[in-house]
Amino acid sequence: MSTDEGAGRPMTMIEAINDALDIMLARDPDVVVLGEDIGFFGGVFRATAGLQAKHGKTRVFDTPISECGIIGVAVGMGAYGLRPVPEIQFADYIYPGLDQLISEAARLRYRSAAEFIAPMTVRTPFGGGIFGGQTHSQSPEALFTHVAGLKTVVPSTPHDAKGLLIAAIEDNDPVLFFEPKRLYNGPFDGYYDRPAKVWKGHADAVVPDGHYTIPLGKARTVREGEALTILAYGTMVHVASGVVESLGVDAEIIDLRTLVPLDIEAIEQSVRKTGRCLIVHEATRTSGFGAELSALVTERCFYHLEAPVERVTGFDTPYPHSLEWAYFPGPVRVGEAIERLLAAD
Amino acid sequence: MARASNPGISKKSAAAFAEPQGSGSDNFSLRSLQDTLESDRRYQATQEELLHLYEQMLLIRRFEERAGQLYGLGLIGGFCHLYIGQEAVAVGLQSALEEGKDSVITGYRDHGHMLAYGIDPKVIMAELTGRQAGISKGKGGSMHMFSTEHAFYGGHGIVGAQVSLGGGLAFAHKYREDGGLCLAYFGDGASNQGQVYETFNMASLWQLPIIFVVENNQYAMGTSVKRSSAETEFYRRGTAFRIPGMKVNGMDLLEVRQAAKVAIAHVRGGGGPVLMELETYRYRGHSMSDPAKYRTREEVQGVREKSDPIEGAKADLLKLGVTEEQLKDIDKRIRATVSEAADFAEKSPEPEPTELYTDVLVESY
Ligand SMILES: Cc1ncc(C[n+]2csc(CCOP(=O)(O)OP(=O)(O)O)c2C)c(N)n1
Ligand SMILES: [Mg+2]
Repeated sequence: MSTDEGAGRPMTMIEAINDALDIMLARDPDVVVLGEDIGFFGGVFRATAGLQAKHGKTRVFDTPISECGIIGVAVGMGAYGLRPVPEIQFADYIYPGLDQLISEAARLRYRSAAEFIAPMTVRTPFGGGIFGGQTHSQSPEALFTHVAGLKTVVPSTPHDAKGLLIAAIEDNDPVLFFEPKRLYNGPFDGYYDRPAKVWKGHADAVVPDGHYTIPLGKARTVREGEALTILAYGTMVHVASGVVESLGVDAEIIDLRTLVPLDIEAIEQSVRKTGRCLIVHEATRTSGFGAELSALVTERCFYHLEAPVERVTGFDTPYPHSLEWAYFPGPVRVGEAIERLLAAD
Repeated sequence: MARASNPGISKKSAAAFAEPQGSGSDNFSLRSLQDTLESDRRYQATQEELLHLYEQMLLIRRFEERAGQLYGLGLIGGFCHLYIGQEAVAVGLQSALEEGKDSVITGYRDHGHMLAYGIDPKVIMAELTGRQAGISKGKGGSMHMFSTEHAFYGGHGIVGAQVSLGGGLAFAHKYREDGGLCLAYFGDGASNQGQVYETFNMASLWQLPIIFVVENNQYAMGTSVKRSSAETEFYRRGTAFRIPGMKVNGMDLLEVRQAAKVAIAHVRGGGGPVLMELETYRYRGHSMSDPAKYRTREEVQGVREKSDPIEGAKADLLKLGVTEEQLKDIDKRIRATVSEAADFAEKSPEPEPTELYTDVLVESY
């Protein structure tokens, strides 16, 4: 897994992402970092703070507000041999660039028989829990997992964020790197009315020094258990962990880390063992990534299942300004689903 | 947000659409409207007119100050973009429109445009606090508010998207032959979105009744105009599409009002789109959390002291013989209106959770 993994120190997810970018800028002269307000200002979430001062304005630079253009030029840079890391300030603003991602980035390799590739990593904060309303809270990952030719990554800890981001940048295919913004500064478990937790002191906040990678396509078992399997990614990993802890359930929690490629072996192994499967994501339900997971689990583990697969997801509505906690698939809904699954026989 | 329906297209309107103007031999001149403005820069307002406009600007200022306070108290959450400093733009332009007939569309910094169109401050404030009584039932928030009654088409959080919608509104005005025009606002930052130029082309090709308004407040979040724009004179950006431009001092209410008059006459006369650049300045941060490292305190202070639009209008009023006493009365009245709006917004209940599922599609599902 690691190349020259050093001792490590605690970081927030923002610091871990910053560190990954810093290391890659230093190691590979082909890496460039671009996006709205990311240079001079250091990014709205501070993910790129200090990088322009350190690596210069030709490597780390601001763009106009032109998402379609940003993603398009990144495809061209990649085809020529660079390794661009564009930031789209919020995943909600990625849609103007969809054509460039789908028609160009995702298909360049295929239609040129690998003559040209698009080794780019689009970093973008996603997910809710910050009162962002409909244009700052969405989870559009399934739009991208549906497109052949793109990889989709979602870290859930500072440790993973750094290792996965380095792996994504070094990967020769276009990667969508969705950063759960509610996890930037702490492991949010969905208990919005309790004091906010910080990363400091959390085991997975210890980030090794230097360069290391976490391979794309390898899930992480957050917790082993026998009673049921919970499949989650991003913020929902922490929501699931919090509920499991408070209910004292012997659940196995799998953090998918990457949706494409998907670690189907890990999923299959776990569900065959537990016989019960809960899938949790923030995104809307219909045609969400949970639907794909549910289909795969049913196809592959049908004879081992002791209960129908359950999904807890966002509702099929736009993300509201008001009533955020009624919308957010939090501990109450996850807890109820766990109880239903365990009661079924 | 659809307006009442009308029977199909008439012969006259069909003819108007049939032959796009294209780049014929008409003598397009980028500066024609600018020259008209420069020959007579300031609107001659009567005392009564100016008092009304002053009152509207003051309402926006006090409303926004209160919104900032409610945010600080945690009553407003998420994103909230204040219009303080830019009041003369919305008031100067929209006072020249026919409210309810001419459509207005803007981005997320929208409170001022709504107030300038006479929308009740109570339902705006209640939307900011996310309450059922809010103009979007609390589901839209600060950035997403609409009123068909006032022909106010939002309120849009995605930077630049509203400009194309404005093109569609203008098309519909022409199609319906209702004599209306569309005023489509966007920022200096939004000016770099590709769809803005797709819309310029269509608007000019089809000679649509639209006024594109760039509110150049010098910054897009932390990015100054010169760090993001190859052409920083935004009024020139219509040239390639044969859209005449106007550069206007957006801090001077009467100049804005005069410029609006010139632009509206051009559009209503069938001259096609106009691009106006209003030079203005936002005093507050981009949204509520803004470390403001991209500009100096002195820069902000300098604008406030030298070119505040409300102070400017006040000076004009005093010249017209209005007394300090009268101005104090206005201030008192506005403060009361704003307090009432804040109380309303604080006391109204939140929407019921079932409200989450309404208005997703026409039918419930
Ligand atoms: C498509 C899209 N990209 C980025 C953003 C994030 N964003 C919100 S406001 C803003 C700056 C816009 O600046 P400007 O157009 O000058 O308007 P101002 O805020 O100055 O009124 C940015 C980048 C967004 N909302 N939508
Ligand atoms: Mg601006």
